[in-house]
Amino acid sequence: MEWFVQQLIYGVQLGSLYALIALGYTMVYGVLRLINFAHGDVYMVGAFVGFYACTAWLPFQDLSAHPDAVGANIALSVVAMAIAMGVCAALGMVIERFAYRPLRNGLTRQDAHFWGFVAAIPAGLAFGHLGRGVALVVYALAGVTLGYLLRPAVAWLRRRTVLSTSRLNALITAIGVSLILQNGGLLVFGANPNFIPNIVPEQSVALTGGIHVGTGQLAILGVSIALMLALRHIVLYTWRGRAMRAISHDIEAAKLMGIDTDRVIAFTFALGGALAGAGGFMVAALTHVKITPLFGLLPGIKAFVAAVLGGAGNIPGAALGGVLMGVAEAFVSGSQQLSTYRDAIAFCVLIVILLVRPAGLLGQNVPEKV
Amino acid sequence: MSDLLATHNITKRFGGLAAVSELNLRVREGELLGLIGPNGAGKTTVFNLLTGVYTPSEGFIEFCGRRLRSLRPYQAARLGIARTFQNIRLFGGLTALDNVRVAAHVRTRSGFWSSLLRTPHSIANDAKLTAKSRTLLSALNLDAVASVPAGDLPYGLQRRLEIARALATDAKLLLLDEPAAGMNPAEKQELMELIHAIRRDFSVTVLLIEHDMRVVMGICERIYVLDYGQVIAEGRPEEIRSDPRVIAAYLGEEAAPC
Amino acid sequence: MAVRWLVVRLASIVGVVAGLYLLSGLLAATIETYVLQVLVQCGIYAILAVSLNLINGITGQFSIGHAGFFAVGAYVGAAWTVLWQPAAVRAWPALAIGTPSGDTLNLLVACALGMAAAAGAGAAVGLPSLRLRGDYLAIVTLGFGEVIRVLLLNIDAVGGARGLTGIPTLASTGDLAVFWVVLFLVLVIALSRNLMNTVRGLTWLAVREDEVAADAMGVNTTRVKVSAFVLGSAFAGAAGVLYAHIMTGISPDVFGMDTSIIITTMVVLGGTGSVTGSTLAACLLVALPEGLRFMKEYRLVIFSTLLVLLMLTRPQGILGTREFGYATLFRRRARSREMPA
Repeated sequence: MEWFVQQLIYGVQLGSLYALIALGYTMVYGVLRLINFAHGDVYMVGAFVGFYACTAWLPFQDLSAHPDAVGANIALSVVAMAIAMGVCAALGMVIERFAYRPLRNGLTRQDAHFWGFVAAIPAGLAFGHLGRGVALVVYALAGVTLGYLLRPAVAWLRRRTVLSTSRLNALITAIGVSLILQNGGLLVFGANPNFIPNIVPEQSVALTGGIHVGTGQLAILGVSIALMLALRHIVLYTWRGRAMRAISHDIEAAKLMGIDTDRVIAFTFALGGALAGAGGFMVAALTHVKITPLFGLLPGIKAFVAAVLGGAGNIPGAALGGVLMGVAEAFVSGSQQLSTYRDAIAFCVLIVILLVRPAGLLGQNVPEKV
Repeated sequence: MSDLLATHNITKRFGGLAAVSELNLRVREGELLGLIGPNGAGKTTVFNLLTGVYTPSEGFIEFCGRRLRSLRPYQAARLGIARTFQNIRLFGGLTALDNVRVAAHVRTRSGFWSSLLRTPHSIANDAKLTAKSRTLLSALNLDAVASVPAGDLPYGLQRRLEIARALATDAKLLLLDEPAAGMNPAEKQELMELIHAIRRDFSVTVLLIEHDMRVVMGICERIYVLDYGQVIAEGRPEEIRSDPRVIAAYLGEEAAPC
Repeated sequence: MAVRWLVVRLASIVGVVAGLYLLSGLLAATIETYVLQVLVQCGIYAILAVSLNLINGITGQFSIGHAGFFAVGAYVGAAWTVLWQPAAVRAWPALAIGTPSGDTLNLLVACALGMAAAAGAGAAVGLPSLRLRGDYLAIVTLGFGEVIRVLLLNIDAVGGARGLTGIPTLASTGDLAVFWVVLFLVLVIALSRNLMNTVRGLTWLAVREDEVAADAMGVNTTRVKVSAFVLGSAFAGAAGVLYAHIMTGISPDVFGMDTSIIITTMVVLGGTGSVTGSTLAACLLVALPEGLRFMKEYRLVIFSTLLVLLMLTRPQGILGTREFGYATLFRRRARSREMPA
């Protein structure tokens, strides 16, 4: 019985992290019908930003040496999480703008400049040995020049490219972005696992019957719930949230009603990114897992499964799905016999649900009108 | 004329709502039958029931004297019931000819393995099929656009192509779902002549859903009027035109003559 | 008439097989081993891509778990050679390994078993998934692929997590590896092309275009969709058997999600629906990372950036839905089904 409740607690905590990521997937799927494969890697970036924030950028103090710095550390960790969320929100928006929007609207001048700066990276790196300042200047110059050089190419492409509404294309693009983030991460962060040491006091709180719950776990749960409530407020009570919901029903009608769909979609990605960033930060800072540039892949897939489980495009569904996935995984990994099947359990659950109830637990099945 | 198709107390429920209830329709062989009624009366539901898209909640359908059991749409086509759709559903990426050939495949199917291995039998079959499809296209004046992707065709030609495609299945019963929708008067006139010609040249029975009364009264020999899923009137166009129940259904109680 | 067709067919098959045999011998003699290995990998992935194209491109079913069928074929084929053949050889001495005829026979048996098992897996995935569309189908197929992989991870008889090593190469050493791979590739391409040139193939495309309408026009959409899965997975299984024997060792992590994703990328890159496109893209995606090896650690980032760029600039893939065949070679008007995807 003890074991059961213990696993349940762990499962809910794990599940709330999955829920945070799943919300990003479900919101993007709702507005764009796109499976944003890169979302798991945004989570990874959140973890890394958190890592640098906690170990390099912010003045965290070692709690074993300065026990009275608890308050300061907690305050700083809030700042660190805000930074992670901000960076990931921005990253989400960048991905949407330059990898997904051109699929809807075609390439524009800004894309030319963006890819100019991307192409200039080798130039900047080549001059890296002359010092950071020089490299930066070279990079900036090369970026600007290449951007202008690419403009006519983009104009030519714009005339020739047939815009494809195929979802498979968007999926492949998303996979490509995911690979860029993973491999780029390997280049930038290195393949060695990093982890964040204790920055806030983590004690085990004993509950009845020998069950323990960590303060870290409680923090994760608390913050997740707070974030999800904030999201709920945004989606239900702000005009942007309403616009998101309108777009998820019928994007063409939304445009006709005067909604600037591009901006609302960008906002959606920002929200999803922020949540994933929060999740990434918390998992790194509070569970001290080893973070590597590839560690977002599996949680990302599981979170997506969670989103579909709850009903793709359905926000409460994503939260529910996340928790269910976390609990299922906790029990499977906790039991002796089934632990090697841990990763497959996600998919087994999914397959069963989709075959029995394709719209997901909370989704509505809209039958095709013949 | 014998009954080609008859529905016996057909009912279809969605959740708590009965889209059609205890419907008894009789389609006589060779006739041009109209199905009219206000929006939401259940007309397309009837088509969906006849073609196996929906299964009746109660009652059954009898076609060519045989009782139909749990029909799937492709089985309906093989039996000889073909349809067009309210919102055109052509194979947009395939050419007009290919659209028709797909439908013609119902009758002259070669086996899966013989197709895969390109046996002389399957090649001959395909050639026969292609010839038949081309003939059908010219019969409906579509041979000029045979190699145009169906999605690129103008609306009127698309509607005509959908009819050609349905005919390619060698159907005994042709269900046309609002074929005149979106057409101007001249096109509607052409359509009416086309339907007459089809009925004559292809020996097919036609059941037509339409909103345009001129078209319905102009070509239908007999009309069923549906409202809220039930038949409220049936008879020849002149009878229907002056039937107070029909007028009430379309225009409301106050407009009905006392 | 039928007899003449049969004779012509058999003659051309023998001709093709003999020609490929000679070609592979020639290649093995003239090209260095490393390039040959890359060619073999290209061939295997081309088989996988073309077989997936049957499911994704031609019937429009969004399947991204193809590595699962690859795995089933590889493991069953390897199981035959390593586990079951030693028992079977006692009943049929002709199955002895070591002689060219025995080796070939064993390889063929392994292929037959692997293909059958993979086809069964394909039916098992395709049948329940019939009701699902688009993205849901994609996730379920991805899930099936993962489930297969995890199952294999837990079967100790075939090595579990460490995998199966020491698989005899049978008839697939060196130049013969090229022969077998190209033979199966030609086979799957020929079958796909044959299918596409018939009206039955058109009905498969019709299922992709509009399933409801195809159903109404007499196409048994269930049979089409499951057939596509069965045929596609059978060939993925064949690729698996060849892979297992050429590489002499297999383990579950070769058949994971990333492999499925790479194969799907190949199909989309080449142009969903285009058989030659899939082949080209497979070769490109296998050869390019090899060619970029000099860029060392930047290789994968550049590769994935190029992928994104290609999707942005040419979403219909390299060949769109066009095929590159004899007609275009001789500059006659090929029947093209160009369409904005």
